[in-house]
Amino acid sequence: MNVIFGNLDLWGEAIGNTLLVFFVGGIIALVLGIIVGAMRVSPVPIARAVGTVYVNLIRNTPLTLVFFFFVFGYPQLGLPDLSNTVLGILAIGIYTATYVAEVLRAGISTVPVGQAEAARAIGLPFGQVMTLVILPQAFRTVVPPMMSVFIALLKNTTVAAGFSIAELAALRATINDAPDRPGNPMEVLLWVAVVFVVLVMVMSTIQRHLENKWRIVR
Amino acid sequence: MSSVLYDVPGPRAIARNRILAVVTVAVVAAVVGFVVYRMAATGQFTADKWYVFTFTNVWMSIFKALGQTLGAFALAAVLSLALGFVLAIGRLSEHAWVRVPVTVLTELFRAVPVLVFMMLLYYGLPVLGVRMDPYWAVVLGLMVYNGSVLAEALRAGIESLPKGQREAGYAIGLRKSGVMAFILLPQAIRAMLPVIVAQLVVTLKDTALGFIITYPELLYYAKLLSSQQGRPILQSAFVIGAIYIAMCLILSGVAKWLEIRTRHSPKLKGYTPDVGGGDPRVHDGTVTEVIAMQRGGGKFDAGGVGPTL
Repeated sequence: MNVIFGNLDLWGEAIGNTLLVFFVGGIIALVLGIIVGAMRVSPVPIARAVGTVYVNLIRNTPLTLVFFFFVFGYPQLGLPDLSNTVLGILAIGIYTATYVAEVLRAGISTVPVGQAEAARAIGLPFGQVMTLVILPQAFRTVVPPMMSVFIALLKNTTVAAGFSIAELAALRATINDAPDRPGNPMEVLLWVAVVFVVLVMVMSTIQRHLENKWRIVR
Repeated sequence: MSSVLYDVPGPRAIARNRILAVVTVAVVAAVVGFVVYRMAATGQFTADKWYVFTFTNVWMSIFKALGQTLGAFALAAVLSLALGFVLAIGRLSEHAWVRVPVTVLTELFRAVPVLVFMMLLYYGLPVLGVRMDPYWAVVLGLMVYNGSVLAEALRAGIESLPKGQREAGYAIGLRKSGVMAFILLPQAIRAMLPVIVAQLVVTLKDTALGFIITYPELLYYAKLLSSQQGRPILQSAFVIGAIYIAMCLILSGVAKWLEIRTRHSPKLKGYTPDVGGGDPRVHDGTVTEVIAMQRGGGKFDAGGVGPTL
């Protein structure tokens, strides 16, 4: 217990940073993911191609490498200085956006073909087909896998530890490198694991709840 | 290419699509162009930045690092598949004393981030007097996480099989183990093969986490290279990144190919993928298909690739 109460300030900072990376990264991922997802189903071939290339390229890159590009590569370009945390958030947002886009696309393709055909048959243009018929239905099937993406995002925030961003997984190094801090690596890491297990369980509970609430009977 | 979402575009839609296309191209060109311009302005394309890659030694080391990455991936893939089977079967057990602990373990393994698990093995265990090689920390970390994910995939595959499959197995006198080994698993594996390969892609990608716990794999070598003469940080990231992307694309390609093949496979006609698993109507309708699929089964196995109908 000493490992927690002796380092309460560090734990607070670490959890704060993890949640910061999670939420801001999640928002970036969501916004970018919606744009890319829309590009992937759009009637413009070039937009589809750009979306496909982006998704395939980033999805097949390890997250650690994306971080490497942003945290070590960005300062090489001689642009305005950004802190590692900001760069890390960008990296994780851009990485997760591809998963968001894929979930959205999969969600749209689960809506029965007849729905879109019926909507077009009564003369709705593309925009209205999407906003009035497809998206409301797709939204429900998208929620559970989308939560899975965000659970993965939460777990992926640990990668930031390798790029000197002071979040939970980096706590071991912070505590053990300070001579007067109580706690050994095992204790710290076990508690970090506990925090993640709790957070993930909260999220899966929400996921299950939403899934039951919005299940569609077809 | 046609889609159900929109009609063949008329003259106005064509004009609008053209504008959208131009905007897309302009935005993408602006972003890429800006990055390339900054790279050129900061001298990333000059010869001395790429100098280190002219040495045979560097390439030998890259191949060695690639070997390290693939070594960790290969062992982790095999072990996680094995663990996946054990956990999946354990979770489907009829005995609560097997099922409950395995369920808890699977959920726990899935909830802990891979990196934290690797750190536990690499930094945590020495506290208890067990010193662990980074290689084993990476392999075991990947095994535990991907094993539990694969277990869930296999379980979902088994549970989505028609109930009649299991019952028929019992009816011809097979034991529990026989039903699992000869009836349920072969079908579940075949149905879940794309998911399994996709998870292997994740495993391959996650070997890069070894970089953080000082396992000398590709990315670690990229970091090492970036401190060489000329400080080729971006350059080594590009070279190593290309290697990673090529490897993952190959594996993803295999996954996609398997998925397409599975969709056309006559053996899986009766298989109903996910959701609606509890819906009895789904299964009733497929009885004849299941029989047909079992008839076609023998030659499918023998022929290897088998006929595509």
